[in-house]
Amino acid sequence: MITKRGLFILAGTILIVTAPMLAVAQEWQPRKPIDFVIMAGPGGGADQIARFIQSVAEQKDLTNRPLVPNNQGGGSGAEALIHVSGASDPDHTILVTLNSFFTTPLRQENLGIDIQTFTPIAMMGVDPFVLWVHKDSGITTIDEFVEQVRSMDGEFVMGGTGAGQEDSIVIAYLSGAYDLDIKYIPYEGGGAVAKDLAGKQIMASVNNPAEAKGFYEAGDFVPLLAFSDERMPAYPDVPTIKELGHDFSYYNQRAVVGAPGMSEEAAAYYQDLFAQIYESDEWQGYLESESLSPLWMDAGEQRDYWALQVENHKELLAALGE
Amino acid sequence: MEVLTLLGDGMLLALQPLNLVMILIGVTVGLFIGAMPGLGSVNGVAILLPVTFLVPPASAIIFLAAIYYGAMYGGAISSVTLGIPGASTAVATTFDGRPLARQGRASFALVTAALASFVGGTVANILFTLFAPALASVALSFGPPEVFALMLLAFATFIGLGGDDIPKTIFSICLGLVLGAVGFDQISGAPRLVLFDNTGFLQGIGFLVLAIGVYGIGEMLWTIEQTRGEVTTTTPRMTVKGMASETKEAASRAWKGTTIGSFLGFFVGVLPAAGATPGSLMSYGVAKMVSRKPEDFGKGNPDGVAAPEAANNSASTGSMLPMLTLGIPGSPTTAILLGGMVIWGLVPGPRLFVDETEFVWGLIGSFYISNLVAVLINLAFIPLFVSMLRMPFTILAPMIFVLSIAGGYAATRDMFDVWLMVIFGLGAFFLRKFDYPLAPAVLAIVLGPIAEPTLRQSLLLSSGDPSIFFTRPVAGPITIVALVLIFLPVLRLLRRGRWGS
Repeated sequence: MITKRGLFILAGTILIVTAPMLAVAQEWQPRKPIDFVIMAGPGGGADQIARFIQSVAEQKDLTNRPLVPNNQGGGSGAEALIHVSGASDPDHTILVTLNSFFTTPLRQENLGIDIQTFTPIAMMGVDPFVLWVHKDSGITTIDEFVEQVRSMDGEFVMGGTGAGQEDSIVIAYLSGAYDLDIKYIPYEGGGAVAKDLAGKQIMASVNNPAEAKGFYEAGDFVPLLAFSDERMPAYPDVPTIKELGHDFSYYNQRAVVGAPGMSEEAAAYYQDLFAQIYESDEWQGYLESESLSPLWMDAGEQRDYWALQVENHKELLAALGE
Repeated sequence: MEVLTLLGDGMLLALQPLNLVMILIGVTVGLFIGAMPGLGSVNGVAILLPVTFLVPPASAIIFLAAIYYGAMYGGAISSVTLGIPGASTAVATTFDGRPLARQGRASFALVTAALASFVGGTVANILFTLFAPALASVALSFGPPEVFALMLLAFATFIGLGGDDIPKTIFSICLGLVLGAVGFDQISGAPRLVLFDNTGFLQGIGFLVLAIGVYGIGEMLWTIEQTRGEVTTTTPRMTVKGMASETKEAASRAWKGTTIGSFLGFFVGVLPAAGATPGSLMSYGVAKMVSRKPEDFGKGNPDGVAAPEAANNSASTGSMLPMLTLGIPGSPTTAILLGGMVIWGLVPGPRLFVDETEFVWGLIGSFYISNLVAVLINLAFIPLFVSMLRMPFTILAPMIFVLSIAGGYAATRDMFDVWLMVIFGLGAFFLRKFDYPLAPAVLAIVLGPIAEPTLRQSLLLSSGDPSIFFTRPVAGPITIVALVLIFLPVLRLLRRGRWGS
């Protein structure tokens, strides 16, 4: 009975503490746990961010019902898109997206997903890509990398996320720009890719800094090249591909969207919730420590951004031959 | 031994009044959540995560670990008493736990499960304490070919058993593999086997849906049909003395399964690709294979209860290792723990054991204590769980159906899964009538989705050359053992033929 009473007191305390806030905040509140769908498998960048957001919301007691993370990484995110677009309760279903939000509906038109039907909530930031090798490879610069790949004549192995997803786009551009022949192994998520680079099962990867940071700090990973617009403060010695004369940059969006058909009241609630999370010291600290770039947008700007990204990815995928 | 000092500090930390209360609450809540069909440790940890922000981080992580432990113990309870797997990690426990209960030996099965869980948890904790950093590099040496070889070995233990009808076993495995392939393909991202164009199949077939359908509904129908309702479910009255003698019996009859489960479970748990469910299924297969009476398995062999239960506890501790050292959660529950750690400012990765020694050993210390508390609480509740079986079967059977359906819905909150579960239940009933073993299908639907991508990744690595499975130092021996096991029955058959002539 201790538990029951404890929870009761707990619930009462929360009510008392939050009651004055409720009066000024909007009226809509979640009535049950929120299905917090993640478009990727456990351990990758999107998953890490979702877990972080969940923890911030819990710690600061921002929601009256918990966010329950739900990994649906299958089919390059198609599983998640279908789950969310068919959600029986759109007011309690939100999705942490990455760029497969744009590419998967393009590559699989038969899914019948129109991303403009989704509800914009928050753009939490964009995550750059970096080319990594294992320290035991002896490679320390992009020139050595290019030389090594060419000398291996198609036997140089890189890992990345599923076909047509972010990693394959970046690697395809890299191969084209330097005329490289790379063997590409698809994995279920960035976490598994980083693990297999650490275990030297693959020879290089284009993990996000957040995914590779632990291994970089332990001295196992060597960054060679950044695919960001400018050099990253955490990796000041790593050149960007733009500096080297290739007009290309690529980021993974870290955005939260609501299910199609979400009510305006619920959308306003989540927009406000994620704005609070975005402003928190924790999130700002995360952006800095994990080398994400801030890119805050309101709901209207997000829709325009989606349209722009869909056009960009049409071109990128066409170049990939998809 | 600096490690032991740190570990001792960690245990003392876990024994502080607040933390001890957290452990007691966590284990008890976890036990009941784990015992509810469909709800497992992942739900328990997710639901109670908010509570952890009210107490200091150390107490919070201890609380979560306690829920995790409690749920691992609890999973066995409904597997044994009701025949519905309480969680995906406890599916293998139904194989022999349920037959034992039907023989009126539910309390013995539960005592065996509790003790095996305790031993499994303890062995894993000791292995973790002694070898954690070294094991992290073992996990890293497992690339796609090694993982595939291991999966092949798991299938081999189920085929090369003798006793069972081998063609039927292979049919059952193939059925499971086909069902496991439904949904999106990881490598190309394309949808596969979307039967009748029903979008529900796009998300794949949930393992728990199949398991609850097969064991909760199929087995129950079969039992009703076999016995025409006259089931002996009553058990002798439980006394302290009775439980003491059952403890003795468990020690003498289930030590082998416990040992196998403890070590194999831990090792499988350490691999980021696997986790507790494959660990418990593989341990069951190996325990059956090395048993002197493999034909007893599935009919109430205590080793068949002990192996998966020891393994799922051991694997749960093992799966903490890739989470802490590589930042890759080995199970959905550790993924939630990971989220908790990040917000407390702990960066999982290779540096954690160096930078945050106090946290790491405090956590491990609390595992030891949680495990001890969990076994005591579990043993204390066994009479209560067993008394459920005193209910007449005419009441129990409908209750099991209702619990199965509620559990199937609770896992995904999708009506599609409920219908699928009913269909699987009916299918399983007919397969059972024709004497097809169902455990291999259940194994295949868990291991298939791990084996298939790793097979394809391996062949991509080698440009299509299958010798990659034989030439690599770790994959090679595993593949060869697996192939020997698969062809063992054929060899046996040949030998018998020669003797005959």
